Amino acid sequence: MALELPKEKWVGKIGQVVIGALESEGGTRTSQVAIGGATSLPFLGFEGEYPNEPPIGMEIFDVVREDYPEVVRKPFEDVIDDPGKWAKKCVEEYGADMICIRMIGTNPEEENRSIEDAEQTIKELKEAVGVPLLIYGSGDEEKDAKVLEMASNVMAGERCLLGLAEEAAYKSISVATMSNDHGIVAFSNLDINLAKQMNILLTDFGVKLENIVMDPLQAGLGYGLEYSYSVIERIRLAALMGDKILQVPIMCGTTRMWNAREAFKEDAATGDSTSRAIFWEATTGLSALLAGADALLMRHPDAVKHVKESVKNLYGGGEQ
Amino acid sequence: MALTALDIYKNLPQTNCGKCGFPTCLAFAMQLANKKASIDACPDISDDAKELLESSAAPPIKLVKVGSGDREIEMGDEVVMHRHEKTFYHPVAYALMVDDDSPDIESKVQATEEMKFERVGQEMQLDMIAVRSKSGDPAKFSSAISAVKGKTSVPLVLVSQNPAVIEEGLKACGPDRPLIHAATKDNYEKMAELAKANNCPLAVLEDSGLEELAELSKKVKEAGVEDIVLDLGKKPLGKLFQELTLVRRLAIKKLFRPLGYPVIMFAGGEGASEGLEAAIGTVKYASIVVMKEADRAIMYPLLTLRQNIYTDPQKPIQVKPGIYELNGPAEDSPVLITTNFSLTYFTVAGDIETSKVPSYLLVADSEGLSVMTAFAADKFTADTATELIESCGISDKVNHKKIIIPGQVARMSGKLNENSGWEVVVGPRDSSGLPKYLREYVGA
Ligand code: B12
Ligand code: SF4
Repeated sequence: MALELPKEKWVGKIGQVVIGALESEGGTRTSQVAIGGATSLPFLGFEGEYPNEPPIGMEIFDVVREDYPEVVRKPFEDVIDDPGKWAKKCVEEYGADMICIRMIGTNPEEENRSIEDAEQTIKELKEAVGVPLLIYGSGDEEKDAKVLEMASNVMAGERCLLGLAEEAAYKSISVATMSNDHGIVAFSNLDINLAKQMNILLTDFGVKLENIVMDPLQAGLGYGLEYSYSVIERIRLAALMGDKILQVPIMCGTTRMWNAREAFKEDAATGDSTSRAIFWEATTGLSALLAGADALLMRHPDAVKHVKESVKNLYGGGEQ
Repeated sequence: MALTALDIYKNLPQTNCGKCGFPTCLAFAMQLANKKASIDACPDISDDAKELLESSAAPPIKLVKVGSGDREIEMGDEVVMHRHEKTFYHPVAYALMVDDDSPDIESKVQATEEMKFERVGQEMQLDMIAVRSKSGDPAKFSSAISAVKGKTSVPLVLVSQNPAVIEEGLKACGPDRPLIHAATKDNYEKMAELAKANNCPLAVLEDSGLEELAELSKKVKEAGVEDIVLDLGKKPLGKLFQELTLVRRLAIKKLFRPLGYPVIMFAGGEGASEGLEAAIGTVKYASIVVMKEADRAIMYPLLTLRQNIYTDPQKPIQVKPGIYELNGPAEDSPVLITTNFSLTYFTVAGDIETSKVPSYLLVADSEGLSVMTAFAADKFTADTATELIESCGISDKVNHKKIIIPGQVARMSGKLNENSGWEVVVGPRDSSGLPKYLREYVGA
């Protein structure tokens, strides 16, 4: 008797969000990415569709904090003070599928950069690279309202993702998103119910579900990664089992891992600090993908390279 | 899934004789399904039915042990697909592979033996050595094994498909119960004999498909080997990943016995790529991952990943609440407070140790939550902190009443001062600020 392979029959389908508008669509992007669209668990294309190899974006800043770890600073030493050049290097040398800029310099508690300055940065970025863009505020609610409104207008017609919408601050960013047909990143803090709540708040406010990508927080390796792993896995299972409001693609960042000194501090006992940091970031990102994330944002070029290679190997080879 | 009461009932004599102590066979079946009765209570059950019921009560993935003594490894006996459904019980074992014709076996093994990490109070290190017969020469294999055994007592994997080589290897191992790798469809009879004679677990290797693998494992079992480990063979990573999932599903969801065993995987690639393949095996369903290299910069994060994934979701790793003395404190030493989430404790204690300032660290019972999480969940509050200060006996150890609290919970300082009568000092938000802070604090 032939062995019957147990394939799950999922009823749900994860939405697909395409970002970046090509010239033919009225934008100026030279490439697009499609996030999501799966009807199977990650890399299990034999029982459904897993149509889009997860894209990997790279994360840059308008202004780099002084304590930005040396290990990730180094590959960009020549360009780190110029977001346009920084982005260009990410795309041209390191193959970033998208660029996410975090406008932390606009925060009144930090450099309090003006809207005009911020606008200049975003215009330069738009010129510098042709990949789809993500623009995140600094986490200051009032300032972000202005920064993201500006960003939405500057990037009109380009189909960006704006972020981060949070439970306590989502209205002005939703408006910024809707006014120019961008997408939005819904952030929630390690909790499946909060993730769901965010999608409900946004859709109640008028954002279409097909314009939402959710970020349920990827904790760093060694710093709560297991919580993230299970939250993402539960979100994905619930979505595939039919929970409509969770049928939204997931994008995670390895951002948090760069707060864990253990990952990159000098310490001979735990090996070369650069290799360790790179592997730490790659593992943090890969585990998010294995749990169910559809896209990643990362920082170190070699970590990106390794994860891309793993994704290629996982995506190919099996039945899709 | 386990058998239902009805499945069990079908296998009982159905005479309702009552000798088991229950009025009907169905009532007895229901107790059996709930594991509240033993099958032995029915004297009239047929041998076949008894065997069937007993084996269905066995765990979906067999528990297999490798090695002997205090470094023996247990693997298998997992019951869920996803860790949040319950927990993953037996952490994947990492094995370093050495070749029998390699000139530096001893130094390689020595280096791995010395590679020990401590993280959040747990020891982490490599678990096994896989010795591969590259030469094909039994004598060489045997001496390689002796060389390895001279340096470590971890369980071994003997890698050769030549029974004559394995036989010599087993002699060199003595009673140590290595894992034999591997039985194939060409050599399984001999390999099964060797495994039985030496009471060793045996890996079965078949890369052409799961059905073929199941066939082979059945034959090996019929030949009398109970402790089996599966090797799905070398194949593209995507394929291997899918099969690892399918094997786990077949075992757990279908109780498909021929694949109800732990799985061994050989990571491909080199350096970080090999490490990431090992990471994939760690997260999704390998019980042993064999690697060709063991660089500290890869192993430390990898072992951390294993520690994360194999943490019981219901209980975070914790330390005991109470007073911790760091750097040899005296009665005028500073007193600090934190929570008993192990990650929090070890981060804070590590930073205090770095400061070299003799200190008392009070650890509050937050049920294993971090400072911020516990604060948000009302498990680390002015009240619980006061209770700890009063009950732990710190007043008898110091001649002052001054306590340093985490910067993140500055908000509790007024109430804590009021409740406890202790002067409250707000420390840095991140404990990495403690070395500088504490030096200035005692200097002033
Ligand atoms: C992982 C996590 C969880 C895990 C729990 C992990 C655990 N075992 O504690 C889970 C998913 C269960 C969880 C749940 C909740 N969480 Co939570 N969680 C986190 C997260 C992401 C990381 C926490 C962590 O592990 N930090 C690492 C440890 C080492 O940090 P720490 O204990 O604070 O220690 C540091 C400092 O406080 C300081 N320090 C510690 N001790 C001392 C002592 C002295 C003397 C000094 C000077 C300094 C010092 O140094 C340490 C190192 O930097 C944080 C967000 C974040 N990135 O911080 C949110 C966070 C802590 N959670 C939060 C909340 C609100 C919750 C929930 C109430 C609701 C929710 N949905 O998130 C629940 C409550 C849980 C419950 N009811 O049981 C909030 C707290 C908000 C607030 N300001 O009070 C946070 C900040 C997220 C946020 N921004 O909203 N959470
Ligand atoms: S002893 Fe056996 S046959 Fe008799 S009632 Fe119980 S289960 Fe049925």
